[in-house]
Amino acid sequence: MVQYLAKRIGRSILTLFVIVTLVFCLLRLMPVEGYFSNYEKMTPAQVQAGLQSMGLLDPLPVQVGRFWKNALQGDLGVSHIYKVNAPVTQILAQKLPISIQMGVCAMVLSLVLGIPLGLVMGRYKNRLPDKLGTAVIVLIQAVPAAVYFLYIQMYGTTALGVGLLFNAADWRYWVLPVCSMSLANLAFYAMWLRRYMVDENNKDYVRLARAKGVSETNISLHHVFRNAMVPLVQYIPSAFLNTVVGSIYIESLYSIPGMGGLLVTCVQRHDNTMVQGIVLLYACVGIIGLILGDLLMVLIDPRISFGKKEGGR
Amino acid sequence: MLSFLKNIRSRRLEQQLDTLQQQGPAAWAQLPENELFTPAGFQPQQAEATASSNYSYWGSTFRAFFKNRLAVALLIALIAVVAFAFLQPCLPGQKDPNLCAVDPVTGIQYRNIAPGQDGFVWGSNSIGQDLWARIWAGARTSLTIAFFVAVVEAVVGITAGVLWGYVRGLDFLFTELYNIFDNIPTAIVLILISYVATPSIWTMILGMSIKGWIEMARFIRNQILIIRDRDYNVASRCIGTPTFRIVVRNLLPYLVSVIMLRMALTIPEAIGNEVFITYIGLGLSVETPSLGNLVNDGRKVMMQAGLRYQLLYPTLILSFVTIAFYLIGNAFSDAADPKNHLQ
Repeated sequence: MVQYLAKRIGRSILTLFVIVTLVFCLLRLMPVEGYFSNYEKMTPAQVQAGLQSMGLLDPLPVQVGRFWKNALQGDLGVSHIYKVNAPVTQILAQKLPISIQMGVCAMVLSLVLGIPLGLVMGRYKNRLPDKLGTAVIVLIQAVPAAVYFLYIQMYGTTALGVGLLFNAADWRYWVLPVCSMSLANLAFYAMWLRRYMVDENNKDYVRLARAKGVSETNISLHHVFRNAMVPLVQYIPSAFLNTVVGSIYIESLYSIPGMGGLLVTCVQRHDNTMVQGIVLLYACVGIIGLILGDLLMVLIDPRISFGKKEGGR
Repeated sequence: MLSFLKNIRSRRLEQQLDTLQQQGPAAWAQLPENELFTPAGFQPQQAEATASSNYSYWGSTFRAFFKNRLAVALLIALIAVVAFAFLQPCLPGQKDPNLCAVDPVTGIQYRNIAPGQDGFVWGSNSIGQDLWARIWAGARTSLTIAFFVAVVEAVVGITAGVLWGYVRGLDFLFTELYNIFDNIPTAIVLILISYVATPSIWTMILGMSIKGWIEMARFIRNQILIIRDRDYNVASRCIGTPTFRIVVRNLLPYLVSVIMLRMALTIPEAIGNEVFITYIGLGLSVETPSLGNLVNDGRKVMMQAGLRYQLLYPTLILSFVTIAFYLIGNAFSDAADPKNHLQ
């Protein structure tokens, strides 16, 4: 077990290293004006001098080396446009807590609503609740999130009587963003739980229970549900990635002072170092989330054999 | 149509049998000779013949698909919408999507005209452009992008997937590549590519397919691993069939339905991604209308109740197209599964 964990974590660190380096190299292609706050007024010579002083004219391997040395010491450079000369890490540290709170709320909500929905759909297969639920899931999955988020915002803000700008102190302002963020995962959980429950329903032990005269509700709750939950755990990592991505759009839509909104602002204002810092952070968050999900899976499901390679032949 | 005719015929046969049964044995004697039992006699050719089923994969697939009324209705509607989107510029009396129409009497732009007034079918936007023309032009752009993304993903994904699954030496390389790619959130990749490159239709296609192909490849690879060492493939290899021929004739036909499904689902996803990218501010410029920048323009005025039509119409077309592709794709993949043919 320990050996498996060590292997898994070591591998992820390697992946993280490769991804961050790749992203860093790609970001060298960014338009140059993103490094200066007053690019329009500068002469080409000044631009060259500026780039030289930031070390951007050095060969790529040198830059990568320097970046890693600084990054490991917690230095991601300074912002050039968003907040002139403020360290990127400092800006991010202010924004991170609210993003995390919101993401956790959304994940909890999607589990709390998605699992009962899937349970009810699996229990009443091909009857009204199942059909209604399927329609909702199809709607959530087929319509682009960008569209229904807008409608939620448009009608939700009026219904709740809240303004468009986010106010962290008032709980009513949390309702809409958290609900919107949880929708994708809610549909995901409900869909897979329903499918696993339907699969499980034809197994012998369920038939035996039915033959003994156990009530359908009892079978669903005590027999089918427990076994159907196990494979569902493997979707937690991807659900986590869904939340991370959803946050980019939603936070900027509701002007939530979190990371997602910050990324959109910095992209629009072409602040290269900020974009670089946030993209790297998102990549890290994504990978760490995947590792945690994998670990959780190992802990919950005893049938997963340790140290065995995925997708074996 | 065919099944309807068949139903009528079988009902008529049943009725004939019923009347025969009611009339009793006396009436049967009047039946013509070929309706009664006659000895068949021995025919050497027929004794040697083996039975062959008239099962045809595509025939059964389409029969199963056409049984799904909702999917067929959506398919017809979708074809109509797509055809209209591409034919619309050729129709008479259509406005230029980028023309800011000016009122000839007052010399002021037709700003925010409500739908149906002054010849603006779906109204006009804040600078007097015709939304009807813009939405159809936008649908054209978005569908083109989505179509190319689906094609690029299919071509690159299938090639890579076949190599990954069939050539054992490449398995390690591709698996590591997949592990890396799979860990980066798609949105981040999209933002990165669009940020680095100048926005145009082609960079958007590149950004969207750069991650999608490896998902497709993994899918193909898993399927190929399952069937590559089946007996018929081993037999093919033993008699010296070239690898390319094995792949094209033995392996790929098996995967047609899954490939079609993935392509059908890529299209709504690509359209959604385009909207997302435009929202971030990295999308196409306003001169190229796309559903993404129309939705984005509509978003800016959505809090004014009178102007909500500017968000409503683009999202209606957008949602219809995505839902239709999603449902048709799923219905088709159900129909293409041979397990559902025996009914």
